[in-house]
Parts: sequence; structure tokens; C-alpha cells
Amino acid sequence: MKDIITHLNPAFDHRNRLGIMSILVVNDWVDYNTLKELLSLTDGNLASHLKALELQDFIAVRKKFVGRKPQTTYGATAAGRAAFKAHLDTLEALLHIAREGELD
Amino acid sequence: MNETQQYLAHLAEMRALMERSSRFLSLSGLSGVWAGICALAGAGAVYAYLDMLPLSATDGYYYEKAIRTVKWGMDYKRAFVLIALLVLVTALAGGIFFTTRKARRQGMKVWDGSSKRMLWAIAVPLAAGGVFCLALLRWDLPALVAPSTLVFYGLALVNGSKHTLRDVEFLGLTEIALGLAGLFYLGNGLELWTTGFGLLHIVYGAWMYFKYEP
Repeated sequence: MKDIITHLNPAFDHRNRLGIMSILVVNDWVDYNTLKELLSLTDGNLASHLKALELQDFIAVRKKFVGRKPQTTYGATAAGRAAFKAHLDTLEALLHIAREGELD
Repeated sequence: MNETQQYLAHLAEMRALMERSSRFLSLSGLSGVWAGICALAGAGAVYAYLDMLPLSATDGYYYEKAIRTVKWGMDYKRAFVLIALLVLVTALAGGIFFTTRKARRQGMKVWDGSSKRMLWAIAVPLAAGGVFCLALLRWDLPALVAPSTLVFYGLALVNGSKHTLRDVEFLGLTEIALGLAGLFYLGNGLELWTTGFGLLHIVYGAWMYFKYEP
């Protein structure tokens, strides 16, 4: 079990980061305010998690103008998707082991 | 197993976020019930225009009668298109009303990425079907119009269901089945149309209402 835990990606070691990735893997591009609303986070909190994921190259950032307002949208990169999937696989394996343990 | 509990909670939360961000979940069952009522009224208007009753074919099939009919100052093409547009507009208006109300109660946005994607997915097959039916009328093939509207509407729902409540897919499949049956039983086209657009909407809409909006 220890062995599997080391596979859990520390970049996702926070429920809000998992939340961000969950939204971005099922949507192409999502703007900042929608993310904020869906996750019910404060600006500072969301920005720091987005920055962390961006530094890992798990998400890509796109800035554009809608009328006169700048709009920032975020999308998952291929690397981000792969890492997120691996993380989910690990979680699944851990839960599987835990369930078998309970049965014994 | 405290960690297990925590992982399970994370997974549940992630699943909810995926659903909420990608599907339009505020579609109200009452929209369906209202659309069904509008369709029944529309079918009633068509029967009145043709001076017929459901399941009766005294003077030949309804579409044969339609070609001979001029009533209320309109030939059958104008009458059918006008009735169809009235049904569409009133059904949509009610649908928007009930769905906006449900979204407000849920504290969700009505006009966001998920509702736009749903509407676009529905609009494309529906618009194609609309033009297709206008062409059928252009070539004086009224018999094929009613079953064709069912088929195209069903395809639109199946397409749109990927972006909203999954139940819509079953409604779509039933509409397609009714439409295809109608293409083989042309004489019962109006009855099948009334069943598909009227009764099925009311039944599915009420079912969805009691399932999601207790």
C-alpha cells in the first residue's frame, strides 16, 4: 500500500486542485469566473491553485478580449490529462485495496 | 480507514463537478409537459382545419384531404406551417420560463457554456429537419411531413441529451421509433405525431419533474 501511495501525484494533493482538473478534463476551455463559481473559491485561493497547476504544465492559460474586458480561460494540457488519469487510477487502486482489507 | 473516507469524498466531489460543469442540469420537466400541451392544441387545430377526428379516415387519408382543403383563408401548406410555428414558439416560451425558474431555484446560471452547447446540439438537426419538411411541402408530399418531424426531433434530442439530463435520450429514441413507424403507416401520421409530440412530452416531462424536482 505504501508503494501505491508514492504514485499519488503531490501536485493534486489538494481537493481544490482535483476540482479544477475535474472541470477542465470534461470542458475544452473554462473562464476564470466560471471556475470560481463552480468551486466556490476566493480569488486568492483559486489563483494560487491555478498557478501551481500551470507551473506543472498541467493546465494552459489563454487570454483574450471579450469586447473591452480581458477574459482568461483555462484548459487541461495533454500532460495534465495523463497525470490526472494516473492519479485517479491510483486512487481507484487504493480504494480497491482498502475494500479488500475490510473483507478479510 | 480515515483516508479511504477522504478519497471517497474527493471522488464524489469530483464527479459532481464534472457533471455540473459539463451538463445543463436545470432543464425542467414542466417544460416537457407544457410542450406536450402546446402540441396537443396544435394537433387539435390541424384536425379542425381538416374537419376530421383522430383515427377516422372517412374521406381518404388526412394528407389527401389536406391537398383539397382551403379553410380560414389558407391552403394547407400555409395552415400547417403557421400552426407548427405557433406550437414551436409557445412551447419554447414556456420551456424557457420553467427552465429559468428551476435554474434560479437551484442557484445556477441559465445561459452558460453547458446550456449553449445543449441548444446548439439540438438546433442543428432540428433546423435541418425544418428545411427538409419545407422541401417536402414544396414538392407536395404532406404525407411525409409528420413522420419526418418526429424523426428529426428525435435525432435532435438524442444529440442534445449528451449535454443535459440523460433521460432526454430515451425520449429522443422513442420519437425516432414513432417517426420511422409513421413512414410505413402514412395514414396514421397525425395520430403518431400527436402521440410523440403531445402525450410522450407530457408523460416524460411529468416523470422527469417528479424525479428531479421533488
